[in-house]
Amino acid sequence: MRSSTTRPGAVHRAPVIMELRAVEKIYSGVGGQVTALHCIDMRVRQAEFLVVTGRSGSGKTTLINCVTGLDRCTSGEIHVAGTAVHRLSPEKASRWRRHNVGVVFQSFELLPTLTAVENVMLPMDFAGSFDVRHQSRRALELLEAVEIADHARKVPAALSGGQQQRLAIARAMANDPPILVADEPTGSLDSVTAEAVLRVFDGLVERGKTVLMVTHDKDVAAHGSRTLTIADGELLDAAERASHA
Amino acid sequence: MPGKFSLKRAHATQKKQDRQPNGHLIDLRQVVKTYTSAAGTFMALRGLQLQIGSGAFVSIVGKSGSGKSTLINVITGIDRPTSGEVMVDGTAVHELSEEQIAVWRGRSVGVIFQFFQLLPTLTAVENILLAMDYGGRFPMAERPDRAMALLQLVGMADEAHRVPHSMSGGQQQCVAIARALANDPILLAADEPTGNLDSRSSELVMQLFGTLADSGKTILMVTHDRDLAARTHRTIRLADGKIEDEILNH
Repeated sequence: MRSSTTRPGAVHRAPVIMELRAVEKIYSGVGGQVTALHCIDMRVRQAEFLVVTGRSGSGKTTLINCVTGLDRCTSGEIHVAGTAVHRLSPEKASRWRRHNVGVVFQSFELLPTLTAVENVMLPMDFAGSFDVRHQSRRALELLEAVEIADHARKVPAALSGGQQQRLAIARAMANDPPILVADEPTGSLDSVTAEAVLRVFDGLVERGKTVLMVTHDKDVAAHGSRTLTIADGELLDAAERASHA
Repeated sequence: MPGKFSLKRAHATQKKQDRQPNGHLIDLRQVVKTYTSAAGTFMALRGLQLQIGSGAFVSIVGKSGSGKSTLINVITGIDRPTSGEVMVDGTAVHELSEEQIAVWRGRSVGVIFQFFQLLPTLTAVENILLAMDYGGRFPMAERPDRAMALLQLVGMADEAHRVPHSMSGGQQQCVAIARALANDPILLAADEPTGNLDSRSSELVMQLFGTLADSGKTILMVTHDRDLAARTHRTIRLADGKIEDEILNH
């Protein structure tokens, strides 16, 4: 396994919940081919808070999209929570996501016409998980956990950016997936509200959830239990290179 | 035109309208909307009066800050007027609680946004099924067929199982229009629906609106594009939160 900047006391013994082997992603367009991901090997253990950091265009979002099955890698293997995600059709991937991975985006992606609590109930409703009465109770508990229960009946536009992102996290956890994946979750937030979002991630990790976050922000990246750097579609490993120098 | 059930229901809605005393689907009376912030009070709508009949295709134009989006937000219940009345299909939208508004909107209004606002983790057809789930208007067993028929209607049946990010902007907006039609609403409200599209995709969206208007849907579209506005039945121009003038296009 690739060693890297790991904090002491990290979860070495926990089972591997996410594994990427020789993952390549090549986009073909009119201008030719672009290699967005090149030979990515990566393992994430349960209850890790892994951060992948890199500049824009480095392949961060492609990585997230392949791991969550929103995109398909060109070659290689991606195993997440016991499923070979690289083999899933878009339709099957969508079904798989419902219970296995919550996704959080930079621009929140909430439904503007629904209230906060409805946004959280939506994935439960759709997946048919929990009975209806339990759904609204669970949604309120999730809003409470991210400290916006007081805003349950408001539409997203009536909330601040930080509140909207915490709402999006509550929604991502609606069906209690073991994994949360976040693409630049603090990219639209000021540092104070970003801090609140990162604390929510910490809380999830403490409860045994696995968090994979990509960010271009070095300060935000430092928050994870382990950090990897991606550049030009390849994972760099500063610690490993340093030890071999 | 595919999507036969849409047409059927459009006629049913029409009959209901005919029974209404004033025949207006939308009736705004003295609508005022003020926003208060640290910088002071801003009056976005200043006593607006507006009536729109059932089956009309209406564009709302005006400079940014003229109150266009606020107007559409108070009609769809996304925002609440500070004073005045907002009647839509006989419902006093301004009197509904937050919760009632969400239920009413889910069943009565299809909203279309500039940035599509599809859920990125769901496929196209799932985005539509989700809206049906919320509207609760159609029996569960009918929903998959209806969702596919709506995708067919907007020319996106082949994209049914793709996720939004793998589609072009124009394709995403067509899927968003299909979603807006999910519960066969009486009103479609679109806020700059072509604002993020190239001219070819804009044309596609406008043609779709034209077809829907011909089939009896009431459509309200905010735009800053005068050429697109000229293709609607009626254009309302806002300035400083008031109606400056109105043009009947054809």
